[in-house]
Amino acid sequence: MAKMIYRDAVRLTIFEEMERDDRVVVLGEDVVGGMGTAGGPEAIGGIWSTSKGLYDRFGADRVIDTPISESAIVGAAGGLALAGKRPVAELMFADFIGVSLDQIWNQIAKFRYMFGGKSTCPAVIRMAYGAGFNAAAQHSQSVHHFLTAMPGLKVVMPATPADVRGLLREAIRGDDPVMFLEHKALYGIEGDVPDGDYTIPFGHARLARAGEDLTIVATGLMVGRCEIAADALARDGIGCDVIDLRTTSPLDEEAVLDSVETTGRLLVVDEAPPRCGLATDIAALAASKAFASLKAPVELVTAPHSPIPFALELERAYLPSAEQIEAAARKTLGWR
Amino acid sequence: MQLSREEMVHAYRRMKTIREFEERLHVEIATGAIAGFTHLYCGQEAVAVGVCELLATDDMIVSTHRGHGHCLAKGCDVTGMMKEIWGSREGLCKGKGGSMHIADVDLGMLGANGIVGAGAPIAVGAALSAKLDGKGKVAITFSGDGACNQGTTFEAMNLAVVTKAPCIFVFENNHYSEHTGFAYAVGTQRDIASRAEAFGMRVWRADGTDFFAVHDTMREVLAYVRAGNGPAAVEFDTERFFGHFEGDPQNYRGKGELDRIRAERDCLVKFRQSVTAAALFDARDLDAVDREVLAAIDDAVDAARKADRPTAEDVLTDVYVAY
Repeated sequence: MAKMIYRDAVRLTIFEEMERDDRVVVLGEDVVGGMGTAGGPEAIGGIWSTSKGLYDRFGADRVIDTPISESAIVGAAGGLALAGKRPVAELMFADFIGVSLDQIWNQIAKFRYMFGGKSTCPAVIRMAYGAGFNAAAQHSQSVHHFLTAMPGLKVVMPATPADVRGLLREAIRGDDPVMFLEHKALYGIEGDVPDGDYTIPFGHARLARAGEDLTIVATGLMVGRCEIAADALARDGIGCDVIDLRTTSPLDEEAVLDSVETTGRLLVVDEAPPRCGLATDIAALAASKAFASLKAPVELVTAPHSPIPFALELERAYLPSAEQIEAAARKTLGWR
Repeated sequence: MQLSREEMVHAYRRMKTIREFEERLHVEIATGAIAGFTHLYCGQEAVAVGVCELLATDDMIVSTHRGHGHCLAKGCDVTGMMKEIWGSREGLCKGKGGSMHIADVDLGMLGANGIVGAGAPIAVGAALSAKLDGKGKVAITFSGDGACNQGTTFEAMNLAVVTKAPCIFVFENNHYSEHTGFAYAVGTQRDIASRAEAFGMRVWRADGTDFFAVHDTMREVLAYVRAGNGPAAVEFDTERFFGHFEGDPQNYRGKGELDRIRAERDCLVKFRQSVTAAALFDARDLDAVDREVLAAIDDAVDAARKADRPTAEDVLTDVYVAY
C-alpha cells in the first residue's frame, strides 16, 4: 500500500501499460505539449499533467500530439483500434465530446455490432469532467448520462486513486471502447493505492460506507460529499450504505438492489442535470425491481436543469453539497 | 500499361463483378426483395479497382455509404456481401450492418460508413498504426465530393500532414452530393484536390473513368506515400450511373445526361476499347469473363434468398466483447 495522487495514478498507469504492451499508444491535443514552440516537446505533458514523461520515453509514434481536432482524435483512435492498436486518446475536457460525437456515438461505439462481431475496438477515450473550478458552462459538465445511454460504450468514473489504477488497467487491456471520465476536482486528491498489478472489473460497485438505514448511490466527486453526509448521520446513530458505482455502463444493479432490500430507503446523488439522467435511471431500477422493499419515496439530489454558471456563488449553488445530501437523507429517513 | 495479361483480366473481372452486382441490386430492390437504403457504385468501378489492385491485404481502406465497389475491390466475398444486403445471419456482418456497414477487417476493409465524411479520421488512425508498424503499409480513405465539404475531412487531412501519416485521400468526384451539384456545393470551383494541396500534401488528378489512368496514377501515389513522404491526395473525375439512393427519381439530372454518361464515360466500355485496340485481348476473351461474372452473381443471389434469417436473440449479441 502506498499513497498516490489521482493524477499521478492516471499518468503512472498509462506509462506502465505502454511499457507492458507496445500496442498501447497515446494521442490528443497537448499530450506532449510545446510541439512547434521555443520551449520544445514536453513543455506541458498534458494540461492535467497526466501524460508527462510519456513522449521522452516512448517517442512521437506512440505519443501522438494532435492539433485541436477532436473528431480527428477520436476517429484516429477508432482507426488505430481497428488496425490492432490500443489507443488511449485524451479529449482534455469532457465538454468537447460535442465536437467529436459522431466518432464516439456512430463510429467506435458501433463498429463491433455493425461488423457482425468480427472486429474489436479497444479504444479508451479519457476526458476530464465536472464542476468546481468556475470554468462555466462549456468546461464543467458531467456527460456520463448521455454516454451511458449509448450501447456499445463502457463508461467509467473513478472516485479514488486506487480505482483509477484498477479501472484504467482494465480499460486499456479490455477489448471494448471505454469512456474514461476523470473528475477534474479529484486530480489533486491523495489516497491509498494497493501494491501489485491489480485490475477492477467493470460493473462492480464499491461500498464506500456501510450501514443499514439508508442506501446512497453516487459517482465521482459526489461520492466524497455523500461520505461527509453519511459521517454526519452516523454521529446521530444512522447508518448509510454509500455505493460508489465506479462504472455507469455496465451498471452494478445487484449492489444497489441488495442494499435497498436491506435499508428500504434510497437516495441517489448526481452531478448532472436531473432529466433523463443517472439519478432517474437508478430510481427507476429501484421502483421496478425493489418496489416491495421501499419504505419511502426515492430521493434524488442532482444539479438543476440549467447550464453551469460561472460566478463562485452560482456554481456553489449549482453543485449538490454535502448539506443538501444530508438534508435529503433526513427527509427520506423521516418518511413513515 | 505496366500490367500483365493476368492482372488485366483480374482487374476487368473485379470491375465487371461490381457492375453486375449493382445492376442486379437495382433490379432486386425495385421488386421489394431488399430492405433499407442502398447506394449503388455503378459508373465508378475503375476508381475502386484501379486503387485496390495495387494494395496488399494489410493495406487498409475506409469506405463510404456507396461502399459495395470498395468492398468487392478489396476482396470481400461476393456471396457474403449479397447475403448481408439481404439481411441474412449468414451475411458478412451477420445481417447487423447491411449495405452501408459492410466490413471485413481481416482483409483490410475497415468498413463502409453511413455518415458522410466520417471515414477520413478513421483512415488516419489506421495510417498511424501502419506508420508505427514501419512496414510501408498505407491506409486509404475514399470520399466523394459530398464528404470533401465535411469538417471531419479537413481535420483528418491536417492531422495526417502534421503526423506524416501514410494516408491517401482518394476523392471520387461524381459531381453530385446526394441531389446537389458539385458546381454549387464545392466552393473551390470544380476542384477538390486543391483543397488537399492547401493542407500541405502532394496531390494528383486523373480521369476516374479510365482504369489505366487510375492505376498509373495510384502507382505513383503509392510509391510516394510508401516511401515515407507523408499523406497524399488524388481526385478522380467519375460518374454516378444511378441516383443517390435506390428510389431517387433523379429530377436534377439534365436531359439525356444519363444516356450520355453511359455512352461516353463507361469505364468498362473504355477498358474493353483500350485492350482490344491494343490487340491485347479478343472481345471473346472478355465475353467469357462476363458470362462467368453473371453466373457468379446469379449464384450469390440464389444463396442470399435461401440463407438463414436472423432471429430476435441475435439482436443482443456482438454489442460488446464482454459486458
